[in-house]
Amino acid sequence: MTTQPDTATSGAVAPSAGPNQSPSAGKQTGFAATDVLVNEFDGGPDTVQRALSTPEELQPHTELGLKDDEYDRIRQILGRRPTASELAMYSIMWSEHCSYKSSKVHLRQFGEKTPQGTRMLAGIGENAGVVQISDEVAVAFKVESHNHPSFVEPYQGAATGVGGIVRDILAMGARPIAVMDPLRFGAADHPDTARVLPGIVAGIGGYGNCLGLPNIGGEIVFDPTYQGNPLVNALSIGVLPVERLQHKEAAGVGNIVVLLGARTGRDGIGGVSVLASATFDEGAEQRRPSVQVGDPFMEKLLIESCLELYDAGLVAGIQDLGGAGLTCALTETAAAAGAGMRVWLERVPLREASMSPTEILASESQERMLLIVTPENLEAVLGVAEKWGVWATAIGEVTPAGEDGSPGRLLITWNDHVVVDVPPGSLADDGPVYARPIREPADLILIQADKAETLPRPATGDELRATVLRMIASPNLCDKSWVTEQYDRYVLGNTVLAQPEDSGVLRIDERSGAGVALSVDGNGRMARLDPYEGSRFALAEAYRNVAVTGADPIAVTNCLNFGSPEDPAVMWQFAEAVRALADGCLELGTPMTGGNVSFYNQTGAAAIHPTPVVGVLGVFDDVARRIPMGFPAVTGEGDRLFLLGDTEVELSGSEWAWVTHGHLGGRPPKVDLGHEQRLAQMMARASHAGHVSAAHDLSDGGLSQVLVESCLRRNVGAKVALPDDGKSAFVHLFSESTGRVLIAVPRGHDKAFVALAAEYGITCTPLGSTTAEPVLEVRDQFSLPLDEAREAFEGTLPRLFGGAAELANRHGDPEHAADPTAPASPDRGNQVLIAAAAGAAMESAAPIEADGIPAASVAEVKEPVPDEDA
Amino acid sequence: MRIGVVTFPGSLDDGDAARAARIAGADVVRLWHGDPDLHGVDAVVLPGGFSYGDALRCGAIARFAPVMETIIDAARGGLPVLGICNGFQILCEAHLLPGALTRNQHLHFRNRDQFLRVESTGTAWTNSFTAGQEILIPVKNGEGCYVADERTLDQLEAEGRVVARYIRGNPNGSQRDIAAITNEAGNVVGIMPHPEHAVEALTGPSLDGLGFFTSVLRALAGASAGANAGGHQS
Repeated sequence: MTTQPDTATSGAVAPSAGPNQSPSAGKQTGFAATDVLVNEFDGGPDTVQRALSTPEELQPHTELGLKDDEYDRIRQILGRRPTASELAMYSIMWSEHCSYKSSKVHLRQFGEKTPQGTRMLAGIGENAGVVQISDEVAVAFKVESHNHPSFVEPYQGAATGVGGIVRDILAMGARPIAVMDPLRFGAADHPDTARVLPGIVAGIGGYGNCLGLPNIGGEIVFDPTYQGNPLVNALSIGVLPVERLQHKEAAGVGNIVVLLGARTGRDGIGGVSVLASATFDEGAEQRRPSVQVGDPFMEKLLIESCLELYDAGLVAGIQDLGGAGLTCALTETAAAAGAGMRVWLERVPLREASMSPTEILASESQERMLLIVTPENLEAVLGVAEKWGVWATAIGEVTPAGEDGSPGRLLITWNDHVVVDVPPGSLADDGPVYARPIREPADLILIQADKAETLPRPATGDELRATVLRMIASPNLCDKSWVTEQYDRYVLGNTVLAQPEDSGVLRIDERSGAGVALSVDGNGRMARLDPYEGSRFALAEAYRNVAVTGADPIAVTNCLNFGSPEDPAVMWQFAEAVRALADGCLELGTPMTGGNVSFYNQTGAAAIHPTPVVGVLGVFDDVARRIPMGFPAVTGEGDRLFLLGDTEVELSGSEWAWVTHGHLGGRPPKVDLGHEQRLAQMMARASHAGHVSAAHDLSDGGLSQVLVESCLRRNVGAKVALPDDGKSAFVHLFSESTGRVLIAVPRGHDKAFVALAAEYGITCTPLGSTTAEPVLEVRDQFSLPLDEAREAFEGTLPRLFGGAAELANRHGDPEHAADPTAPASPDRGNQVLIAAAAGAAMESAAPIEADGIPAASVAEVKEPVPDEDA
Repeated sequence: MRIGVVTFPGSLDDGDAARAARIAGADVVRLWHGDPDLHGVDAVVLPGGFSYGDALRCGAIARFAPVMETIIDAARGGLPVLGICNGFQILCEAHLLPGALTRNQHLHFRNRDQFLRVESTGTAWTNSFTAGQEILIPVKNGEGCYVADERTLDQLEAEGRVVARYIRGNPNGSQRDIAAITNEAGNVVGIMPHPEHAVEALTGPSLDGLGFFTSVLRALAGASAGANAGGHQS
């Protein structure tokens, strides 16, 4: 038997003690068994001893989401029936959420196919990918989904999504330095969008702003496919000295297991885990809302204390507590080390003293980290926690592996009752793996045959002009300031580019100017038309968005949002997407550093469009050479404008087809990753040489959209002539062919730039030049004053979500201020509307049982991608 | 010259304020909320952020931090103090400045590049500007709507204590477009927008924020020259 470490509890002692936390310093935080009423089974905790003596007791494994054969396997592993706590732990760790049982067989390709490179310090299977960017410095980055919680409770769901991904970054030893949020909503004018969008945006802002992390980019996409299934993905990036890289292994027998951060409460129990679908007791009144509640202030203190602990070399191992809470953290740290662990559960500081051992193990309370520290460092660790006013409690210790070489055991007691005694690897690594049936959707062939290239098109200059105005005012193409102004993009003082730029660019080293560029992109419509090509499309776009800033793209991550894996059509889409991304990374020579899978994004039988979101990281030796998207102010002659890449008649899946015809059909534009790679190399060269004053990637909305955006950014006009190559002006303006960039080149650099493009074999078409006069003129077609374009571009979201009157006042336009469609007190008025809409929407849009999976447990898979060799 | 930058739990722009002061040419001393010692600094910046998680009210708890007790006394004795955003809120809670910062009228956090007009150049923190100068610095707050009773507002106006006003749009509904005010002596300034985010061409919309930090260095240089001329040890 091992020795029990001294119970050590560090109370918060900030001068302070704000209402967020007022523990009494030094007080024993456990509670005595006599304080507690335990309702599990007949009056006492279900112990191993009890399990041995009541082998045939019926257990609610089905209600917990475990299949009969899975339950039998647990009995086989343990040689007895599991205790109630063990059963809960297996149900959590073997859920889709944690075990990746449906996706594992496909995700292996990322490890097998994609190049690992020399830069990657941590990859798939870790809390976040870590990539070395210089001899001394590495960055950690990852994107994760928080879709289902954000639908149920938009503010807290989105807020804790940010909190979770930031802790993943922190767990790698990195200081988080920025966040990005790819968001997808139902139709912009749907009442339920008015319910979820403002809350999600406020939650992301509320949490990220309060943490002091700049929000530097993301996406805001509207499409009816996401009605009832909004996608809230969150990316975070952090920076660390190479030698500060942390590991999750609970190494070192005798080392102490310390729980750091917030106290554990009932919040989040049954949030994303399957535990929600079954209750052990009749105490339904004890249940709290299943979405976790975030406290960004606690997370800020947690970040500062962890970083201080890392720098002092006090941490032997660390793991964040996210979905699946202590269960996941204890089993993964122990399993990773092949060690055992002895945990005294009654020592866990609680918000509610009546929590049962099972609840403590399953709680998903936020802002917690699990540390492994050596006994001699324990005092110092508690001291740092005390300085920052954060709870730190020794709850257990690392125990040896078996003398016969077998892995150690995870032994958990609660007031001297042994409630868990399992091999940790059986939970963390040995979960079931399914090769689910896959089948191409039956309707795909019909959809692909229904091409957008045959739709009626605008022809005259006036029609094109009207189409441009309609397109730039459409929800997906319009100005997103209504959202992004709610995010702090300045904090930390290193933001070089942020939204609406193609990439977020951050300075990392103030002396050398070294930095990174990051972009996240997805296109559900293209993936619906062809999941393989659509996934390559997203990869190409993210890669290009990084490249146009002049950065060198070096690493990829992903967040795969799909419907139910039990639907063979969805599983086929998933398999195609993974294959495409693995092939794409191989072709580009960039490693896939991590990822996240979110299944069950569907209402009833209707799955969302397959939505793989791809993040690409690029590096700069000096961010001073970054290329922005906006045309620079014109003094004298304007800059020359060029289009890089080739325009084909590719309109299927385009924003034009959707906005003007509500059409989705045909095949996505072709993707040539070799071309994208040459384009990236060329842009880096051009940036070094100072040949480019502005560059903007062509994507949704085509050339029309980037011309308007690049003009509006600094209110600089442009005179362009579309190429006379037999393709219509319409095709040039609205085709969404890939591999294209709009470029502004200062006078004197144009010859060199054109030569550079030729060197890389990239078509470079002169378009015209920028002008001081604030007008976008397309020769022989139309002329569009920028004020008129701006009004169309900026008005849409305020009209939908409040603030139109204020915008009109800013523009000095009293007529619009009095617009009867804009509430007189816009935001307050809108709050009422939103509240009213929310009631109705909750009834109509709540998820229905999908294939026998209760709505409450429609599992959000948001754990690290498991080791491919698991 | 030594400028102290205070870190409270939940301070976020403390590093940025320190960088700005350094760029302006100051020696920066980081001050800790729990330490009442000001370590001999010549001026203090209370940075932006969410001290103590904005519990109770923004700035309500920070105002009682040990370091603030010393700062409040020193400010009454003439120590230049600049409160930015959360720092402005703390100065109001500490009654070093009148009025209060409340929830933005539109109820949203708002971050945008904001034009201001410098109304008073008589303070320790704005003497490098010219009266009426228009500057561009970022604003980013959720509770930046300045309110005070009419008499206080009239008094601020009459005494030239409105330091800067929002122009070309009021981002938060502040009364009389007030973005920054000062105390009677002109050594304590509270400003809602963030001058520390407009000190480098690479990361800011302008370099206009630098003026606040060069101003205090100039004020301190003038004060120490005056003190030396008077034969006092500084």
